[in-house]
Amino acid sequence: MAVPVPMLALSPTMTEGTIAAWKFKEGDEIKRGAVLCEVETDKAVMDYEAGAQGTLLKIVAPAGSSVKVGDLIAVIGTKGEDITSILAQASAGPQTPSPSSGPSQPAKVEETTKPVPISRETLPAAREAPGRAIIQEERPASAPVFQSGIAPSSPLARKLAQQAGIDLRQLQGSGPGGRIVKRDISRYLDSLTAVQGTAAQKSGVQGPVTPAAASLNAPMDRSIPVSRLRQTIARRLGESMREAPHFYLRMAIDMEHLINLRTSYNQARKDGFSISFNAIFMKLAAMAITKHPQINSTWLGDRILLHSQIDMALAVALEEGLVAPVVRDCAHKGIEEIERDLRDLIARAKDGNLKPEDYEGATFTISNLGAWGVEEFTAIINPPGSAILALGAIKKEPVVRTDSQGQDSIVIRPMLRATLSSDHRTIDGAVAAAFMKDLAAIWEDPAKALF
Amino acid sequence: MQFDYDIIFIGAGPAGYVGAIRASQLGLKTAVIERDKLGGVCLNIGCIPSKALIEQASRFSAMEDLKKFGVTFDVTAFDYSKVQGASRTAADKLSKGVEFLLKKNKVDVLAGTASLIDKNTLAITDGEGKELKRLLSYAIVLATGSRPRIIPGFEFDEKRLLSSTGILMMKDLPKRLLILGAGAIGMEFAYIMNSFGVQVEVVEMLDRILPMEDEDVSSAIKAVFEKRGVRFYTGMKAKGLTKAEGGEIHLTIEPAQGEGTATELHGDRLLVSTGRSPNTEQLSLEKLGVTLERGYVQVHDYYETDAQGLYAVGDIVAGEAQLAHVASAQAELVAERVAFLLGKGENPRHSRIEKRLVPQAVYCEPQVASFGYKEQDLKKEGLTYKSSTFPFRAIGKAVATGHPEGFVKILTDPGTGEILGASVLGSGATDLIHELLLASQNELTVEEVAAMIHAHPTLAEGIKEGALSALDRAIHL
Repeated sequence: MAVPVPMLALSPTMTEGTIAAWKFKEGDEIKRGAVLCEVETDKAVMDYEAGAQGTLLKIVAPAGSSVKVGDLIAVIGTKGEDITSILAQASAGPQTPSPSSGPSQPAKVEETTKPVPISRETLPAAREAPGRAIIQEERPASAPVFQSGIAPSSPLARKLAQQAGIDLRQLQGSGPGGRIVKRDISRYLDSLTAVQGTAAQKSGVQGPVTPAAASLNAPMDRSIPVSRLRQTIARRLGESMREAPHFYLRMAIDMEHLINLRTSYNQARKDGFSISFNAIFMKLAAMAITKHPQINSTWLGDRILLHSQIDMALAVALEEGLVAPVVRDCAHKGIEEIERDLRDLIARAKDGNLKPEDYEGATFTISNLGAWGVEEFTAIINPPGSAILALGAIKKEPVVRTDSQGQDSIVIRPMLRATLSSDHRTIDGAVAAAFMKDLAAIWEDPAKALF
Repeated sequence: MQFDYDIIFIGAGPAGYVGAIRASQLGLKTAVIERDKLGGVCLNIGCIPSKALIEQASRFSAMEDLKKFGVTFDVTAFDYSKVQGASRTAADKLSKGVEFLLKKNKVDVLAGTASLIDKNTLAITDGEGKELKRLLSYAIVLATGSRPRIIPGFEFDEKRLLSSTGILMMKDLPKRLLILGAGAIGMEFAYIMNSFGVQVEVVEMLDRILPMEDEDVSSAIKAVFEKRGVRFYTGMKAKGLTKAEGGEIHLTIEPAQGEGTATELHGDRLLVSTGRSPNTEQLSLEKLGVTLERGYVQVHDYYETDAQGLYAVGDIVAGEAQLAHVASAQAELVAERVAFLLGKGENPRHSRIEKRLVPQAVYCEPQVASFGYKEQDLKKEGLTYKSSTFPFRAIGKAVATGHPEGFVKILTDPGTGEILGASVLGSGATDLIHELLLASQNELTVEEVAAMIHAHPTLAEGIKEGALSALDRAIHL
C-alpha cells in the first residue's frame, strides 16, 4: 500500500525545510533507512531517511522547494499503484499548523540532533494530525522497535509524549536497554519548566518557548549512582581533611641524576622490562622515611603508632574514582620488585579486581600528577598514614647554581616540585622539613641513600 | 585483611537462600547460616504447608458440590492428622530441595546461630552457645526473618492459644475456632477450618477484613465467607481472655474505638494472627550503630544498614511488606549490589524494590491478589483515576467451572490508560494478577492489554475484559 512521505521536523525547532537534493528519482526502489533526500533546515543540511520501503512513486516537492513540516514531499508504494487519493488529500484544504510549529526561539546551541530513521516511535507528536499519522501502517501498533538508531519506548511513554507534544528523539531512555519510560518524560518536562524561565529571561523575548527550543538549550541534569568506591573516597578524604590538621612543605628537586639512573637501568635491561619513575620515587622515598620514623606513623588519639614497615600507596586515577593500591614494605624491596608489585596492582585496579587488602593500611602515600603536566599541587592525607607526597611534572627550568669558586650561574635543570602534606598531630614542621631535606638530597643523588 | 567470604547471609529463608544462590551465580564466595531448617518460615511453617492445607480444604469443600449430582461421601473415617501430615511431607520435601539447590550453586551452608562481632565478623554458636567458628566477610546480610507477634495476655501455649506455627502443627480439628486478626493469615485459616467443618469466628480491629486490600475486595469476600457461616467482628479488639473449665476459651472483645458494649466469644481454640515480630534481638545490632525502629532495621539504598557493608533484607526491614517474594527480591538486589562493589557484574538498576510493583496474595477461596494503588488510596491522595470492574460471572470459563464469585478491578489514569493498580478476587486470582503486573511494570497501558489475544475459554479473559472495561468497551458485559 502506498504511503505518503511527509516533511519531518529534522530538528526540534524546524517548522519548514527546503529540499536540497533528491538522492533517488521516481521509479527507484527505496530501502527503509536509505537517505531519500537532503533537507536544508534553519540550521543545517540534514539527511532525510526513508521510513517506508518500496518504489518512489512520486516526488511531490522537487529540489529547491520549501515545504512545511507535515506536508507531503513524496509517495512511496508498489509500482503501478493508484496514488491520486493521497495526492488529493495532501493538496486539499489548508494545513493546520502543528503544535510545534508555533513561534520558536532561535536555538543558542549548535544543532546536534542526529536524524534517525522514521518510525512510529520516533515520529514527533505533531505528526499525529489527521491524514499524516501514516507510518503507523508500516508496523502494527505498539510493536517494539529495536532497529539500531531507534530508541525503544514504552507505550505509556509514547502516549505521554504525544499528549505533551514531545519529540521522543530528544530523550535518553533510562529503562532496560535504553527504553524511554514514563520517568524520562517526567524528567524532561521538569527540565523544560526549569529552562523555559531562564531562556525567556536571557533573551527577553515574550511568548511561549516551544518545548523543543527550550530543550536545545538545556542539557539535562543527570544523577549518577554513587559506587561503593566513591562513597569510600568521599568519606575517608572528608574525614582526613576535617580531622587531620594539614600543613604543606614544598621543595624543588633536581632530577637529572634520577633520570640518568632510570635511563641507564632501562637501557641495560635487554628483556624489555623497564622501571617507572614511580617505582624509583617510592623506593627512594622509603629510604628517606627510614631516617624519619615519625613520617611513617598513625595518630590514634591517645598515642601515636610508629609503623615498623613502610607500606606505601600510589594514587591511581580510574574512571570510577581514585584508588591507592599499597606496595608493602617498600624499604626492604628493590626498585624492580616495587615495579612488579605496582604493575600487578595497577592492572588489577583497572580491572576492578583490587581486594581491600590491596589498598588498606597505607602508612605513606605518593600522588603523581606529573603525567598531566601539573607543575605542583597539594594532596589530602590518605589515612591511616600521616603524610602524602604530591609530585608535579619534571620540567626543564632555569636554576641558579653556585660553583666551588662561589660563582653564580644560571643553568637549565630538569626540576620536579614535591609537596608534602603532613598531619600536624603526628608530624611537627621541623620533622617534616628535615625529611624533605633528606628526600631531596637522595632524589638529587640516589647514592646518598646508601649513607 | 583476608576475608573468608565475599558475602554471608544470616538466615536461609526466602531471603537468605535466594540471595545466596544469586550471589554465587555472580561469582561471589557465599555462605548462608541457618539455625533451624533451610527454607525458613515460608517453606517450613508458613506459605508452603498452609497451601497444602488449603488445597485439601478446597477438595473437601468441593464434595458439597458433588452432592448435587447425587454423590455422597462417608466422612466418618476422616482423619485430619493425615491432612496435616501431608502438609509436613510437602514442607520437608521442599526444604531438601533448597539444600540441593544451595549445594548445586556452591553455597556453603553453615548450621548454627550467628551473632555479629563487628560489621565484617560474625561468630557461629551451637545450641549450647558454644562458639564453633568465627568468619570474616566483605558483606554480611541479615535475613533473620520474623515470628508470630505475641500480645501480652495472649501468650501462645500452642495447645489452645495458637500462633500460625501452632495451628500448622495441630493434628486434630477443634469444634469452634476463634481467630484474632483478619489479615492474610487469619483469612487463610478461617477458610481452611471452615472448609473442614469447624465453626469459625474472626475478630478484626480495623473496620474491615483484609484491610490491606481494596475496600471492594474486603466487602465482597466478607459476603462470600459469611454465606459459608464464618462470623466476623470488625472494628473490635480483644480485651481479655479466660481459659474456662473443660478447655473452653472465653474471649472478651470490645469496640476498637469509642464506647460500646463488650461481647464474649466462646471457642475451643484461639488463633492469634495479628502480625509478626522481627528476629533482631540476638544480633547485637545497636552495638554496631545499626538503627532499629521497634525492632525493625532501618536501611538505606541497596538495603544497607547504618553500618557499612552490613545489609538487611526480608521481614526485619523497617517500612517494607513482610512477604516472601519481597524478601527474595531484596536479597537478590543486595547480592547484585555486593557483586558490583567487588567488580563482578553491573550495579542493580534500582536501589530499592518498587513497592508499587509488589503483588500481594491471599490464598483462601476465592483468592485475592493485588498490586499498586487501591481505590481508597487514590481517593485519599486526591488523584484522578478511573475504576473499572469486570465480574467473574461474565467470564465463560468461570461460570462453566463453577467459580462465578469475584471480579477483576483495574484502576487507571483516564488520560493515558496507565495501570495504577489492580485487584483480582476469584478463582486463580493469585496467578492471574501477574499479567496486569507485567503490563504495569513495563508501562503497557490497558490498551495493549486489551489488544492482546487471550485464549478462550480461560479465566485470563477476565483480565482482557477488565482492560476493555477501562476503555469502556467490554464485550461480555
